[in-house]
Amino acid sequence: MRAKPHRNHPLWYAYVVHRISGLSLAAFIPLHLYVLGLALERRGELDQLLVWTEIPVVKAAEFGLVFLLAVHLFGGLRLMALEMFQWRDNQKTFAAAAASAAFLLASLFLLRSF
Amino acid sequence: MLSIRLYFLQRLSALIMAPLVILHLGVMIYAIQGGLSSEEILGRTQGSLFWAVVYGLFVASVSVHGAIGLRSIAYEWGRIRGFSLSLLSWGFCLLTFFLGGRAVYAVVFA
Amino acid sequence: MGDRSNSIRVKVSRGDDRGRHFDEFDVPALESQTVLDVVTWIQRNADPSLSYRFACRVGMCGSCAMTVNGKPRWTCRTHVSKVLQGDTLTIEPLRNLPVVKDLATDMSEFFDKWTSAESRFVPTKTREDAIEIVQPATKERIEADAAIECINCGVCYASCDAVELNPDYLGPAALNRAWTLQNDVRDGGKNSRLRAVTGEGGCQNCHSQQGCVQHCPNTLNPTRSIAGLKRLATRAVFKREL
Repeated sequence: MRAKPHRNHPLWYAYVVHRISGLSLAAFIPLHLYVLGLALERRGELDQLLVWTEIPVVKAAEFGLVFLLAVHLFGGLRLMALEMFQWRDNQKTFAAAAASAAFLLASLFLLRSF
Repeated sequence: MLSIRLYFLQRLSALIMAPLVILHLGVMIYAIQGGLSSEEILGRTQGSLFWAVVYGLFVASVSVHGAIGLRSIAYEWGRIRGFSLSLLSWGFCLLTFFLGGRAVYAVVFA
Repeated sequence: MGDRSNSIRVKVSRGDDRGRHFDEFDVPALESQTVLDVVTWIQRNADPSLSYRFACRVGMCGSCAMTVNGKPRWTCRTHVSKVLQGDTLTIEPLRNLPVVKDLATDMSEFFDKWTSAESRFVPTKTREDAIEIVQPATKERIEADAAIECINCGVCYASCDAVELNPDYLGPAALNRAWTLQNDVRDGGKNSRLRAVTGEGGCQNCHSQQGCVQHCPNTLNPTRSIAGLKRLATRAVFKREL
């Protein structure tokens, strides 16, 4: 998958990552809150759902979710710093740092989940 | 599509959530070791004013932040306009706020 | 037409928004040839009905911008050798603007948005007053100077997703110009202009993708200017002025 030539630069990809991660989180978070709400009435059902987190595929999905959350967080901080503070020219470096930090955190989460 | 006030709310909710998300990431990485159980989660949260404030603020912020974000994406990528656009963003905001409020009540007070 | 090794294969977009297609031409390759030279050669030697727009040929007037191999560029100062893919050049009109014919776009909405952004100087003095001294080392003047060399070519407008997806959005050029005026100590239109650039299609619609920065032929940074407007707007919302 390659973007059209006029979009083919790192900060356009950073924008897409921010948007896709935001969209995914907007889908996941209400679901996540719904499941937590189950703890109120049916604690047993919550535990049944939590057993699923031992399945490798679910662990991989959790890695993905942690990455999405972290990349949206760091990418968002980058954008707000860009908007609020004096301009800095190394925008691509900041975007790369945000993605790397998110990947690192998600990997740490995955390693600890085994 | 995005008024300056919505832009402002979007940034404000993001700033409120940033430290909360960092905390949440930390707790997740800490708590995931040894697997998850409802007992472990509730043991941490039940009766805690701290977690009530943390999750309460997060739920309020994410309802607003997600609704405004969805609004932009629906307008730009989904070509949704007018009443449908408002319905979508308000729908997300209220649903998330309701589900979130219920979840906070469940893990802190119940 | 001509020896392949000494010629360029040029695909040129023809027609208007009701229907467009590509015509192909072989154009003799020359040293230090610009994309505008290629287009001019085609019109003079191959197809006189080809429509395009240019004036100064030296990167001052901003009228010859086109899409070259998919990227918006000022054609008079784009060397063919820099953008050639194999031996092929694809030339299209600028994106995000209606096409009048072939390579000429209708730039009305681009300039109308400059007007909507109140991107014109509002004088505060009469001829009776002394000339105001503008100190070049002040923070405001440094911000304005960094953004002032815009030639209105429309390249940033053509490269912007927010413009493409949001018909109200004023676009990078108009907002960049507004920012220079917000930093002009002599200007008297700042309050009204801030409302104009924070309205329906205002600065808040920018997603900081920085395609404008990437493609601006004068190496300006509209994203930086728009971020400045966002700061002014945020401050005004805090003070309940907006």
